[in-house]
Amino acid sequence: MAGAHRAVAHRAGVVVTAAIARAGRAFGRFWLDFLVGDTPELFAVTLVVVAISFGLASVPRAVAVVVVPLLAFGAVVWSAARGRVRQR
Amino acid sequence: MTTSEWVLMAAVFGASTVEMVEALTIVLAAGTSRGWRSALEGAAAAVGVLGVLVAAVGVPLVRYVPIDALRVVVGALLLSLGMSWLRKAWLRASGHKALHDEDAIYAETVAGLAVDGPRVRTRDPVGFAVAFKGVFLEGTEVVLIVISLGASQGRLALASLAALAALVMVVVVGAIVARQLSKVPENLIKLVVGIMLTSFGLFWVGEGAGIHWPGSDLFLLALVGSLVVLTSVVVPWLARTAPSRTAPVSS
Repeated sequence: MAGAHRAVAHRAGVVVTAAIARAGRAFGRFWLDFLVGDTPELFAVTLVVVAISFGLASVPRAVAVVVVPLLAFGAVVWSAARGRVRQR
Repeated sequence: MTTSEWVLMAAVFGASTVEMVEALTIVLAAGTSRGWRSALEGAAAAVGVLGVLVAAVGVPLVRYVPIDALRVVVGALLLSLGMSWLRKAWLRASGHKALHDEDAIYAETVAGLAVDGPRVRTRDPVGFAVAFKGVFLEGTEVVLIVISLGASQGRLALASLAALAALVMVVVVGAIVARQLSKVPENLIKLVVGIMLTSFGLFWVGEGAGIHWPGSDLFLLALVGSLVVLTSVVVPWLARTAPSRTAPVSS
């Protein structure tokens, strides 16, 4: 009797663990797709923009105000141009 | 209202419209092929879960996380998402990538559901699950945008209101046009929202990192304007090397 109870509890534990693992994988896939998707270069550029923004915060304002937006704009143009070349 | 609040509302409204049109397509397909009761219940359940998510994640973010840290993190999130949308919209507008076609998604979903069994009049778990999944997945993106934009400016209620307005508009328009969702100029909306999200992302990453933008909130308009000008140059440039117009795709 006790053995049967243990078996049922074990099966339930396995089912719950598998469900949690599935949910965890789905959660990871969602974030990977949401943040990186098919443009990993833009995700990398975002990290660079964040780092450069901190680096330029203490230099004269005009430098940061020009460099940070230009970096992001240039990255999108470059990424779009790469997307164009790949499909030709 | 300040300039950034207007831009915030427009960005949330536009982004929510794009995602909700995609969700509505799936709900319409589930409703017509599996019965409306289950499809509407599935959609309503997903909206309820998303509402709980906004309250559970958004409110503590606004109250307990230091504003500069929050701005850097959500700014980076918005910048990444915005640049990706902008790139996709440029490639679609220039003919390098096929336009998104809601009619194709509708037909594909209906065909898939028809394989799973005939239309039923009572509660149908398949119709419920398909509608729930569609609304939940697209809605999660809306929630992330609402929380990011709303929390960074301490205007979660305003951002939620803009998303709610988009929901009402999409549902009303959806009820009127039913299966003609392909008429919604999705790429144009995606382009505008991509410009706004990129601008907000840059602005907040900079603010959070300690950069003082000239003109404060007004600098957002300068970023938006620069991206509009850049778009008007880049799209024709990309179009010069485009193949003949690509057939629409469903994803």
